[in-house]
Amino acid sequence: MEPTNRTKHRDRPGRLDRGTALGLYRTMVRIRKFEEELFRLFSTRAMPGSMHQYDGEEAVAAGVCAHLGIQDYVSSTHRGHGHCIAKGADLRAVMAEMFAKDTGCCRGLGGSMHIADFRVGMLGANGIVAGGIPHAVGAAWSAQYLGNGRVSVAFFGDGAANEGVFHESLNLAAVWKLPVVFVCENNLYGFSTHYRRVTAVQDIATRAAAYAMPGRVADGMDPQAVYEAAGEALARARRGEGPSLLECKTYRFRGHSRFEPAGYRTKEELEAWRTRDPLPAWRARLSAEWGVPEAELAAVEREADREIADAVSFAESSPDPQPGSWRRYIYAEG
Amino acid sequence: MQTKIVGALRQALIEEMDRDPAVVLLGQDIEVFGGAYRVTEGLAARYGSQRVRDTPISEAAMIGAAVGAAMTGLRPVVEIQFNDFIACGMDQLCNQAAKIRFMMGGQVAVPMVLRAPCGATGRAAQHSQSLEAWFMHTPGLKVLMPSSPYDAKGLLKSAIRDDNPVVVLEHKMLYGGASPGGKAKTAVDSLGAAYRPAPDEEYLVPLGRAEIKRPGRDLTVVATGLMVHKALAAAAELEKEGISLEVLDPRTLAPLDREAILDSVARTGRAVIASEDVITCGFGAEVAALLADRGLFHLLAPVRRVCVPDTPIPFAPALEQEVIPQVQDILRAVREVLEASA
Repeated sequence: MEPTNRTKHRDRPGRLDRGTALGLYRTMVRIRKFEEELFRLFSTRAMPGSMHQYDGEEAVAAGVCAHLGIQDYVSSTHRGHGHCIAKGADLRAVMAEMFAKDTGCCRGLGGSMHIADFRVGMLGANGIVAGGIPHAVGAAWSAQYLGNGRVSVAFFGDGAANEGVFHESLNLAAVWKLPVVFVCENNLYGFSTHYRRVTAVQDIATRAAAYAMPGRVADGMDPQAVYEAAGEALARARRGEGPSLLECKTYRFRGHSRFEPAGYRTKEELEAWRTRDPLPAWRARLSAEWGVPEAELAAVEREADREIADAVSFAESSPDPQPGSWRRYIYAEG
Repeated sequence: MQTKIVGALRQALIEEMDRDPAVVLLGQDIEVFGGAYRVTEGLAARYGSQRVRDTPISEAAMIGAAVGAAMTGLRPVVEIQFNDFIACGMDQLCNQAAKIRFMMGGQVAVPMVLRAPCGATGRAAQHSQSLEAWFMHTPGLKVLMPSSPYDAKGLLKSAIRDDNPVVVLEHKMLYGGASPGGKAKTAVDSLGAAYRPAPDEEYLVPLGRAEIKRPGRDLTVVATGLMVHKALAAAAELEKEGISLEVLDPRTLAPLDREAILDSVARTGRAVIASEDVITCGFGAEVAALLADRGLFHLLAPVRRVCVPDTPIPFAPALEQEVIPQVQDILRAVREVLEASA
């Protein structure tokens, strides 16, 4: 099934319809505000563990997931908050998981690196680099086998593209012609290491050629560019023509993980990327090109604030997991 | 009736695939060739290549794709050609399949089966291991090791219906089918009644339930896979001397039927554990620890383990057989335990 937004877009080449354009903004705002609030909470309170934040990369999750319904699948990474939110996960449950509460989407057993919401096809963040890629392949295989028209997206970073299972997964998906799109979020760094120091190719998308699938680079700071490139790849998947590899060039505004200061990046580099921050840029375009009034943009932002405040208060007032509750989920009954 | 494990496993797959269209098979050489040990012979013709699928030699992607498929409505059965090769897909089995349900707070189940041959048959150190302890050491996995066609069929059917990732380790010497290259050195022809055929009718062997393959009074041999038959051979030998061995086959190694082991040792007062994995942190170590924790006052003598010393499996046939436990090794261990308790 072809998403309606794509169809509208085709009717008016070069311009998204207003609803889609505003939808991209709404998703990016929800992710950004979620990450900012999390950073504040981590800084000011005793929240357990670590986390990997997505701010800066919002255009990727927003642009890709705008094409997906809740019946479609995504697999994610250790930097998975954005994918979860863009896929429509319940913010209360996701926030409560950050607080390790019993009401968290993983009952406090997974935390930031394992957030998932199977009700909306979010198959899980993953603590192992590239670990989730074959899950998206398997989900696409079940969609193909069951003939239910669903598609699947594997999100992963530049570091994952050097893991063996990335290559195995692309090959398998190509051989079986599966309805999956591999979305590489190239934020330039695997933890501290610039990808060019450890990756033989300039563009990871060129690796698609090795697996006889289309490979394409998109500007990961531009939600429209991501939206259009992902739309093409997903339409191909839905037509049964097989997988694609989409590399989105992007940047994380924070360090690798909680409070990690990212001293391996220059201030100039960070500032240069910050000038390309997708949120203010897209906000300005919405107003200039689609004539979205300031009040409507502010309402989107207020609504995200309200939603996140609600999620935080839900999480804070939720109970901790009961001692021994971990026993319940090691094995499924029956 | 299936008189060999190869046929019993195939029968289990056929029955479950007939019963449930969500059951799909993937593996190397399973579709066109019928499987390295012929377990899937004829299944592609019967079910089509959408359900019985050859894969690239990509254990990580195979197991990972099975995880993704299992989370989204299928019940994949993956064949890994030798259990040694699971190492190539270990992350997907042990970090992903085993933990996903737990890490995600029970949101999802991962109903998949991973079948793999284990055991030494003249193929050197990377094709001969018995790796059950790796998987027993990973909570979230269930681990099965059938010793007869009857158990193989009933256990595999239960495994396919189970909502957890289940690893089924199949000893090559017990298959009773041709090996790759056709040079089968199978033990099957010399096995006795405990190599019980699988009837054609529907039945399940429940997971987590041990079976006493031979009742006895004087000593319990807890034995897995091929060792069940070696223990039975030792029991027949000792019977001539008036010594009565009980042979207990756990069949499921995780979750282990601890009560059955404790119950047996409570009656016999002595225990020998026979398995084909290496000794350190192996299956035998777990059973010995169980007996130390909860069975110490049943014991009339120290517990002995009969298993592979801490070595890779050598290629030279004589050396291989030197490190693999033999009937003689079980006999020696039993006699030592009996003497120690005299």
